[in-house]
Amino acid sequence: MEALKEQVEEKKKLVATLRNKPWRMKRRLDVLKEAQDFVEKFEGALGKGKGRRLYAFKVMMAKKFIKFKRDFENFKTACIPWERKIKDVESHFGSSVASYFIFLRWMYGLNMVLFGLMFGLVILPEVLMGLPYGTIARKTVPRAEQDTAMDYSVLFDFEGYCKYSILFYGFYNNEKQIGLLKFRLPLSYLLVGVGIFGYSLMVVIRTMARNANEGGDGADEGDFTFSWKMFTSWDYLIGNPETADNKYASITTSFKESIVDEQENQKDENIHLRRFLRVLANFLILCCLGGSGYLIYFVVKRSQDFADMDNADLSWFEKNEVEFVMSLLGLVCPPLFETIAELEDYHPRIALKWQLARIFALFLGNLYTFLFALFDEVNEKLEREKIIKNETELALAHYYANYSSFYNTTDVPPPNVHPADAIRGPCWETGVGIEFVKLIVSDVQVSYLTILIGDFLRAVIVRFLNYCWCWDLEAGFPSYGEFDISGNVLGLIFNQGMIWMGAFYAPGLVGVNLLRLLSSMYYQCWAVMSCNVPHERVFKASRSNNFYMGLLLLVLFLSLLPVVYTIMTLSPSFDCGPFSGQEKMYDVVMQAIDQDLPAFIGNIFTYATNPGLIIPGVLLMVLALYYLNAVSEGYQQANTDLKKKMQAARDEEKNRRNNKDSTNQVMKDLEDLLPNKSLIPRPIEEEPPLDVEKVSKPTKTKPGSSGNGVNLQKEVSLAAPNPRGPVTHGPGPRGGPPLNTRGPQPGPARGRGRGGHPRR
Amino acid sequence: MGNKQTIFTAEQLDAYQVGSLCFVINTSSLFILIQKLFYRYRDLAPQLVPLDYTNHPDVKLPYELIGSMPELKDNPFRQRIAEVFSEDGEGNMTLDDFLDMFSVLSEMAPRDLKAYYAFKIYDFNSDDFICKSDLEKTLNKLTRNELTDDEVRMVCEKVIDEADLDNDGRLSLEDFQHMIVRAPEFLSRRKPNNITYILIWF
Repeated sequence: MEALKEQVEEKKKLVATLRNKPWRMKRRLDVLKEAQDFVEKFEGALGKGKGRRLYAFKVMMAKKFIKFKRDFENFKTACIPWERKIKDVESHFGSSVASYFIFLRWMYGLNMVLFGLMFGLVILPEVLMGLPYGTIARKTVPRAEQDTAMDYSVLFDFEGYCKYSILFYGFYNNEKQIGLLKFRLPLSYLLVGVGIFGYSLMVVIRTMARNANEGGDGADEGDFTFSWKMFTSWDYLIGNPETADNKYASITTSFKESIVDEQENQKDENIHLRRFLRVLANFLILCCLGGSGYLIYFVVKRSQDFADMDNADLSWFEKNEVEFVMSLLGLVCPPLFETIAELEDYHPRIALKWQLARIFALFLGNLYTFLFALFDEVNEKLEREKIIKNETELALAHYYANYSSFYNTTDVPPPNVHPADAIRGPCWETGVGIEFVKLIVSDVQVSYLTILIGDFLRAVIVRFLNYCWCWDLEAGFPSYGEFDISGNVLGLIFNQGMIWMGAFYAPGLVGVNLLRLLSSMYYQCWAVMSCNVPHERVFKASRSNNFYMGLLLLVLFLSLLPVVYTIMTLSPSFDCGPFSGQEKMYDVVMQAIDQDLPAFIGNIFTYATNPGLIIPGVLLMVLALYYLNAVSEGYQQANTDLKKKMQAARDEEKNRRNNKDSTNQVMKDLEDLLPNKSLIPRPIEEEPPLDVEKVSKPTKTKPGSSGNGVNLQKEVSLAAPNPRGPVTHGPGPRGGPPLNTRGPQPGPARGRGRGGHPRR
Repeated sequence: MGNKQTIFTAEQLDAYQVGSLCFVINTSSLFILIQKLFYRYRDLAPQLVPLDYTNHPDVKLPYELIGSMPELKDNPFRQRIAEVFSEDGEGNMTLDDFLDMFSVLSEMAPRDLKAYYAFKIYDFNSDDFICKSDLEKTLNKLTRNELTDDEVRMVCEKVIDEADLDNDGRLSLEDFQHMIVRAPEFLSRRKPNNITYILIWF
């Protein structure tokens, strides 16, 4: 009775797992029929079967859930903008070029949020609830300029109507509360200006942290890189020839990338020569950087002297010397650095990082001149403003004196002057804003023109002139351009730095940048696909993009400094912008705290700004930093130790199997002596089923060989629960005793029966 | 359910559901899915495939028809897939083979089953081992012969180096399975890149 019950159970289990067996359909159906007949015959005697409905329900829910998850994933993927475009670029040009576009897309997202902040909290209130154009002096074009205010050339320079619009700082009124909602515009302006930095900082650091988690440098990917690439890269769901083409291209590119990585690892090193060459290269590049730095400094100094001289005496060259030198350096130095960098012979990914860092240092010089010129202008305007302010006050005093003496009253109405005629100060903030906007616009023009001429025209010439030229243009000298990753990335980063600096003085700048990034994405994608060829050595981008983020962070800090400096030290213009009339810009916040918030908050702030509290606070943060750094280093160390252990275990396993043959006799003797005999009985008792299986299907091998009935973790188990017991795989390569073929099993089940087993 | 169709008997349907097909989970979806597949099969050659399968007719469709199906025609391994799932090993498939193929390639099939069949697909010379020539063929099919001979050789050597555990210079089923279950993409490699084609592979 018991035996019968067991048999019935066995048959039922067989039926349940039948669909997991790799048999032909016919065989399965036969076995199923047989098993079902058997169960039916005898189950009636034992009682009813149960749980089938529940099982079916569970499976159905599981399937629905899988489908739902899949649909949701698809939806999420479909929502990401430009995903298809970037995948196209990646499949043809490799992941390093695609990483630039991914960075561009991320930048676009960041700017979108910044624009939302600026637009919603500053521009919109002013437009909807503030005074319209022409009502007050700061919002009107001065009488003198009104004739030319609409001219294209004037607008192009951002003067005229552009200057007196929401684009720039000067337009905003300093009324403390505007409109029905009593919206505090000056406070909002200041907070949004600072908030832009805060948000950007938070996002950059969060992205860096997330990328750091995702793993390393893109260099190591695991034990089975090539195997996985070969066997799992094809997507079996592709049903479209174009997608298939892209997939072929991306698989090829991916293989080439891994091959480059592998070749780098295998390179033969003469380490001393390499080190010497690298030191030499760095020295040369430092010299170049130093030279260019001095050149910049010298030229800026000269331009200051020229500014003192009369404008008419200067030649064109002398007038534009600074720009000329900057452009020259920008054109000459990057290729020079690249040529010198060939001495270093780095992996392309690392070489790219070095190139980026060096060009970054070069561009800092650019930044220096620009800021220097800007500060000069600001100081000059401040001087002028003082004069005008005095004049205005004098004029006002006169007016009041005359009025009261004439009409003999003290209640004097404000002077009836048309806004266009009022005396106005030079408004340095708007001037600064205009400079930034002009810089961004010229930057855009230059970069688009460069792409058009440098890539597109070059490609056209090479393609069509090739038919009638003496040497092969495509393979030889000009050929098609390669996409310049470092130049473009740095351009993007510095562009963002300019935006951060200028957003405070020109609220519309963020919107301009948004348009620029959008058009840039489409334009550059098109240019890359149609005019560029892939790099000769396609290399895998570091998966984390953290290097770009690091540079961005640095630029963020650099651009924070001038803005904070002006907020804290320089006094705002007296007649334009939301802070006019205040001593310092941050006075708005102080006023809000004093007047609008309850008293105890003011007290809190007073205490909080006490140096006695700030210094310990800073100390605490430094200590926390140190502690977290130590902890993270500890984790990294533990990580590398674990990896080493895994690698050692794998090698040992490999060695053990290799050596199985030679030491097998010794092992057998040893095992005979062991009381455990954990190994030997097993193969013998499984011989019969093994032979039976082999006889019935000689060409098939058994799946799931190392199940052993033990599932260590769900992922590792190779066999579904198999009612026939663990099966070994087919004939081993050496055709030795079955003990040989048992070798592979204990691998994953290592922790189990092999404990007492002596190891070599 | 089941009295509207005359293609299969109720027992046949039941047998398919219980014992053979991975993607079928209950009677209500069973008939729809099997009917769908049956009509796909029949559409390849309406004159060859009868509408009545109750008496198990012996009908085989030649490989050329199978290989022209939209799901397979862009796949570089379609020939091997057809050969592996066909009874005669030449790529000519009966309806049972056809259902079997869809069953294994569907999402609900267990990993080990997929790994087993993947091994058979990549084993071009059917000697139960993936040897170097098999690897080279696989690689050339994947990259459409874009890699140089040196590169192909290097990649194949690396693959053997990584995955061959018993050191016989070729991959046995066990080596293959050991390697493939650790692959992150293998578990989700059926995940679609192209939404519209989900409907074909359910």
